[in-house]
Amino acid sequence: MTAPAIRAEAARLLAHFTDRGAQPFETGILQPAETLLDLYGEDIRARAYTTQDPQRGEMMLRPDFTVPLVQWHMENGADPARYTYAGEVFRRQEDHPDRPAEYLQIGFEIFDRSDPAKADAEAFAIIRDALGPLTPSTGDLGVLTAAIDGLSTTQARKQALKRHIWRPARFRALLARYSEETPAKEVPATDAPLIGKRSAAEIEARHEALAEEARTPALTPQDRNTLDAILALRDTAPAALAALRHLARETSHLSPAADRLEARLEALLSFGVDPARLPFQTTFGRTLLEYYDGFVFGLSPGRGLQPVATGGRYDALTRLLGQGRALPAVGGVIRPDLALEAAQ
Amino acid sequence: MTLKLGIPSKGRLMADTMDWFAVRGITLEKTGADREYAARAIGIDGLDLLLLSASEIPRELARGRLHFGVTGTDLIHERLAAPDRIVTEEARLGFGQADLILAVPMAWTDVQTAHDLDAVAAQFRATHGHRLRIATKYHRLTRAWLKEQGVADYQIVDSQGATEGTVAAETAEAIADITSTGETLTANHLRPLDEPPILQSQATLWRSLTSPLSDDEKTALEQFRTMLDL
Repeated sequence: MTAPAIRAEAARLLAHFTDRGAQPFETGILQPAETLLDLYGEDIRARAYTTQDPQRGEMMLRPDFTVPLVQWHMENGADPARYTYAGEVFRRQEDHPDRPAEYLQIGFEIFDRSDPAKADAEAFAIIRDALGPLTPSTGDLGVLTAAIDGLSTTQARKQALKRHIWRPARFRALLARYSEETPAKEVPATDAPLIGKRSAAEIEARHEALAEEARTPALTPQDRNTLDAILALRDTAPAALAALRHLARETSHLSPAADRLEARLEALLSFGVDPARLPFQTTFGRTLLEYYDGFVFGLSPGRGLQPVATGGRYDALTRLLGQGRALPAVGGVIRPDLALEAAQ
Repeated sequence: MTLKLGIPSKGRLMADTMDWFAVRGITLEKTGADREYAARAIGIDGLDLLLLSASEIPRELARGRLHFGVTGTDLIHERLAAPDRIVTEEARLGFGQADLILAVPMAWTDVQTAHDLDAVAAQFRATHGHRLRIATKYHRLTRAWLKEQGVADYQIVDSQGATEGTVAAETAEAIADITSTGETLTANHLRPLDEPPILQSQATLWRSLTSPLSDDEKTALEQFRTMLDL
């Protein structure tokens, strides 16, 4: 049940986005579970409702609009395109039984490959302007990716770190492991028969990977310090940019990330957002469901409170859905119920 | 205005539960025909005894239809979200011990830890085009543990029995199941990861925190707890 006031707020927000050129998008409440599971992993079962249907197989009650929208856009969309949508999303709240499991969500998404910095700024500004005064947070997971690329280590280690960007505890554990020498392990002998689908060649390949791991030197203290500095970066956006530029003098891989941040801050200024008043934290948005991989933002009534709006860039997700075809996309979602609460 | 106690309706678990209560002066016995699930408690007033499937006892405790129930730690944690808010542990009964473990083929000489499993899951998905399948009936516990360990690219496959056979049948690559001696694992060429068990389980007496109590029931509850030395 959604109160009429919340419906009215949703309608107002939808109009705000259509007035700014967004095309309305609709999709079903029942979504095929397979795509969502392949993208988000098994963890999503703890956060979404799964249903069984002997005909259709496993379906999920729509946990977000992003995936069906990206799929629809890939099939039918014009390029560039701007979309808006409003509808119920469903989330299991096992850890927060006091939070609603069903609520309205209004979204605004931009698919535009011409100028990512401008699209980032536009998404943030248009969503911010739709709401009353709120406290912003911003981040950029692309900075962390660039820092990983800048490490003087093997591709295998870089890939493993990137794979776990969205799992901070695992990421830290990997980093700790790579910061020390890896002792070579003896291959245990076994006469057990090989059962299952994983082949002897795959086991052999992994042993080779383990041997390469053991030969790989530990991350240098300098590499580790740079990465730690990136992870700890938390300042106003212009100060964070200056710190990034400073680090980029040692690690040239960070320069493109610093350029992107600078271009975004300039674009934000042109949309009437003062970067000096924007906090920046490299790792902000790392644990949101949406798997953002570039610019990330949130708007909340105050520090530590549930955000009214969250958003960001999700190029990697579109690459996965498009089987390699990249489709630069940025956008965000608003909770009208929380927007009303915050406005009171 | 009677207290309700639910105990497992079958087998060793039922017999051991009855023995545990008998030592403490409460006789639990089946009534009626051999196959009838009717029972009573002797030696205490105002206690209704119900014979239930061990796997349904968590739900009945959660709904407040049982005041007390005997079932395994594994089933409480698998069936209830945030069990600490729903039940409290009154006594561990010292039988029905079993560990929930994650096991892989013995021939996977490259896999000892959760870290290895995660690396293999990534490799497996890249090679086979689908996520590494883990067969289990303990979906929640397994998923929560894998999340805590930071394992990705896996998929839970439901298995309600003969779980150890799923790897040879190629419907799963690994399993998560309850084991006490490990013999079934070994016979099926599987071995547990070198990690602490996902959960150590044993038969436990639980008290529901959700069932409302009248004054009479409160008195009966205290009498029951005193007799059991809780």
